[in-house]
Amino acid sequence: MGGRWRSALMTAAGFVLLVLLWELAKLVLPDAGVSVGDTRVLPRTDDAAMPHVWTVLAQLGRPEVAVPGARLVGVAVAAAALFTLGLALGGLVLGAVLGMVLALVMLRFELVERAALPYVVLSQTVPLIAIAPLVAGWGGKIAILGWSWQPWASVMVISSYLAFFPVAVGMLRGLSSPIRADVELFRAMAAGWWTTLLRLRLPASVPHLLPALRLATAAAVVGAIVAEISTGTRGGIGRLIIEYAQSATGDPSRMYAAILGAAVLGLVAAGAVGLLDVGLRRYRGSVR
Amino acid sequence: MRSVLRAWPPLALGVLGLVAWELVVRLAGVPAFLLPAPSAIGAAIGQQFGVLLSTSAVTGGNALVGLLAGFGLGVLLALLAAWSRLLRELTTPVVLAASAVPIVALAPVFTTMFGSTTELPRRLVVTIVVLVPVFVSTARGLRQVLPVHDELMTALAASPWQHARFVRLPGAVPHIVTGLRLAAPAAVIAAIVAEYFGGLQNGLGSRVSSAAANTAYARAWAFVAASIVLGLLFHLAGSLTERLVTRGRT
Amino acid sequence: MTGTADGAGDETADGAADATAAVRLVGLDKAFGSVRALTGIDLTVAGGEFVSLIGPSGCGKSTLLRVVADLEQPTAGTVEVSGKTARRARLDQDYGIAFQQAGLLEWRTVAENVELPLQVHGVGKAERRQRAGELLELVGLADFAGSRPGQLSGGMQQRVAIARALAPSPQLLLMDEPFGALDEMTRERMQAELLRIAGETGAAVLFVTHSIPEAAVLSDRVVVMSARPGRITDVIDGCRPRGTRAPLGHGVDGAELAGDALSDRVDDVRESTAFFAAITAVREALRKGHG
Repeated sequence: MGGRWRSALMTAAGFVLLVLLWELAKLVLPDAGVSVGDTRVLPRTDDAAMPHVWTVLAQLGRPEVAVPGARLVGVAVAAAALFTLGLALGGLVLGAVLGMVLALVMLRFELVERAALPYVVLSQTVPLIAIAPLVAGWGGKIAILGWSWQPWASVMVISSYLAFFPVAVGMLRGLSSPIRADVELFRAMAAGWWTTLLRLRLPASVPHLLPALRLATAAAVVGAIVAEISTGTRGGIGRLIIEYAQSATGDPSRMYAAILGAAVLGLVAAGAVGLLDVGLRRYRGSVR
Repeated sequence: MRSVLRAWPPLALGVLGLVAWELVVRLAGVPAFLLPAPSAIGAAIGQQFGVLLSTSAVTGGNALVGLLAGFGLGVLLALLAAWSRLLRELTTPVVLAASAVPIVALAPVFTTMFGSTTELPRRLVVTIVVLVPVFVSTARGLRQVLPVHDELMTALAASPWQHARFVRLPGAVPHIVTGLRLAAPAAVIAAIVAEYFGGLQNGLGSRVSSAAANTAYARAWAFVAASIVLGLLFHLAGSLTERLVTRGRT
Repeated sequence: MTGTADGAGDETADGAADATAAVRLVGLDKAFGSVRALTGIDLTVAGGEFVSLIGPSGCGKSTLLRVVADLEQPTAGTVEVSGKTARRARLDQDYGIAFQQAGLLEWRTVAENVELPLQVHGVGKAERRQRAGELLELVGLADFAGSRPGQLSGGMQQRVAIARALAPSPQLLLMDEPFGALDEMTRERMQAELLRIAGETGAAVLFVTHSIPEAAVLSDRVVVMSARPGRITDVIDGCRPRGTRAPLGHGVDGAELAGDALSDRVDDVRESTAFFAAITAVREALRKGHG
C-alpha cells in the first residue's frame, strides 16, 4: 500500500517538476530567446510563445468569443477531444478487427503468411500516414450505396489503417506463440484446428495482443489528429489546435489549452485499453 | 536457392498487386483522386525526380538530426534514472505518459517558440518522439541484469561504477540498439507528420498536401512513394546497426 | 598453503579449530522474517579441506554458503572466513565463488571472463592476461581463450566459471551446485577435474549439492542438513581420493599426468565399498533428518 502511495506521489511530483521547469525557463531565459547566427537555439519565452501554466488553465474557463452565451474554451476543447476520441476508437475497433482477421487467415494458410507478412511488417516501419491528405480528397466526391462519403469517415479510415498493422503482427505472433509441447498435447487429444485455436492459441495470444493494442491505440489517436488536420475535418481536436494556432485575434494560450486536450485524449484512450488489460489479466501470464 | 524460394510469395504478391491495381484503375475507370494508376505514379516519379531527392533530403535530415539527439538524450536519461531511484520515479511516469500522448501535436508549440522559419521545431518533435522508445528500452535493459551477475559483482566486491561498467551497460546494449531500431522509422514518420502542422513547406509531408490540394494526385503519390523509401532506408539502417552491434552474442 | 593429510578426513576435521581454518561458523542463525532458514550452525572447514553441504530443498544449504560469501547477513552468531569477518574476506577476495549458472558475461571472451575478478581489483593488463592463460590451461580450455561463452558447451562454461573463481588465487572456493545443470557424464568428468584443481591449488572447498554420490566422492566430510528449521543433523566422512600433488605452475605435463592418475583413482573410488558405505550413511542421515 505504501509503495502505491509513493509511486502516485512521485508521478504527481514528476509532472509538477515539468511545470516548474517550464516556468523556470520563462523566468530565466530572455523573452526573445537566444540566437546563434540565424538559428534560435533557446526559445522565445514571452507570454505569447510560452504562456504561464495558469494562463493556459484559466483559458479553459473563458468564453470562446466575446459574445454573451458563447461556449467556454474548456467546453470546446472537451467536445473536440471527445469527437476525436470517438473517431480514434472507431478506427481502432475497425482496424483491430481487420487485423485479427488477417492474423487468423495468415495462421490458417501458410502461403498467405509468407506472401503478406513481409508487407505487414514493413508497413509498420513506413510513413503510411503520408497518404492522409490523399484520403482526405475522398470527402464529398464518392458515394457508397447512396451514402455520400463524409470527411469524418476519411479520418476513421486513416485511423483504422494505422491501427490495423500492429494488431495483425501482434496477433499472429501471439497465435503462434504456444510451444510445441502444448500444440502436440492438443494433437494427442485429437483436438481439431478450431478447438486448438479456441482453447490454446487465442488465450496464448493475449499477452502479445495487449501491447500491440496499446501501440495501435497510440497510432489511431495520432492518425485521427493528423487526418483531421489534413482533411480539414471540423469538430475534432486536431483541427482545433490549428484553428487556435492560426487565429491572430485569439490568445496564444488557447492553442496550449487545445494541445492539453489532445494529451488528455491520448491518456484516456490508453486508459481504455488499460481497462481491457485488467479484464484479461487471467491470460496475461501465459507468455513463455 | 532457398532464399529465392522464401522470397517468391511476397514478390509474387507485390507484382500481382501492382498489376491488379493498374488493371482496376484502367478498366474500372477509378478517378485519380481516389487512386492513380501505378504507371501514372511512376511517370510522376520520373518527372519530379530532382525535387523528390531534395525534399527527401530535407525531411531525412530533420529525421536524422532528431533521431541522433533523441537517442542520445534517451540513453542519458535512462542512465540517470537507473542511477538514482528519485530520478527514476520522477521521470518514468512522465515518459510513459508521453508514449500515450500524440507528441506531434507539439509541433505548433515549437513553431511559436522557435519561429516558423527554421527546421528546429520539427527536429525537436522528432527528438521527443524518438526519446520515448529509446528511454523505455534502455531502462529495461539496465534493469534486466541477471541475478547471478549481480551476485557475482557483489562477491567480487565491485564498486557501483564497476558494476555499471562491467555488467549493466554492456548487458543493456542489445536493448539500447533495439530502441534505436524501433525509433529510426518513427523519426521519419514524426518528421513528415510534423510538416502537416505548418512551418517550412520544403519537406515531403508538405509536398504531399500541396500536391493533393492542387489535385495533382499522381505527383502526391510520387511523394508518398519517396516517403516510403525514406522510411525503409531508416528502418534498414536501424536494423543493420542492431545486427552489427549484437553480432556474436547469444 | 598448508599441506593436507592424505585420506583421513576426520583428522582434519578434529584439528580444524586452529587459526588456519578456512571457514569458522559458531552459533549461526539466519531468519527471513518469521522463517528460520538456519539455526545454531556450528561448522569449521580446515585449510585445504573439501566439505559438502547436502540436504532437502529449503534446508538452508545455499543460504549457509551465501552467508559465508557475505551475500547474506546472519541474524546471529559468528562468521569467520580466513580468520577475518565475512565482509573483510569478501573485500580482500579471500574466496572464489561459482554458482549453478556459470553466469559468464556473454559480451566478453572466455579469457576476459576469467580476468574479470582481477580487472575489478585493478591488476594490470599484462599480468591479467598471463594469469588467465594459466587458469585456462588448468581447466583445460587454453584453446578457447578467444571464444565467446555462447560457443561453449554447458560443461565448458562451468569450467570457465571455476577458472574465474580461482583467478585471485583464493584459499577457499565456494560452490553452489556448480554441476547441477550438467548431464551425468559431464558431471563425473567435472568432479574429477575439480578434485584435481582443489588438490593442485590447495584450496579449501565448501560445496553445496543435491547429489549423494557427488558429495560422497568429492568430500573429506559431508555435512547433512535438514529443513524447518534449517540445521546440521549429521556429519559423515566422505571418500575424497587424493592424487600426487603437482604444484601449480610446474609445467603442463606434470599437472596432466597427476590429473590422469587422479581421474583413475576417482573411478576406483566410485566402485569401492567405502564409497557405497558413505552413500548409505548419507542417505540414512538424510532420512533420519527428515523423520
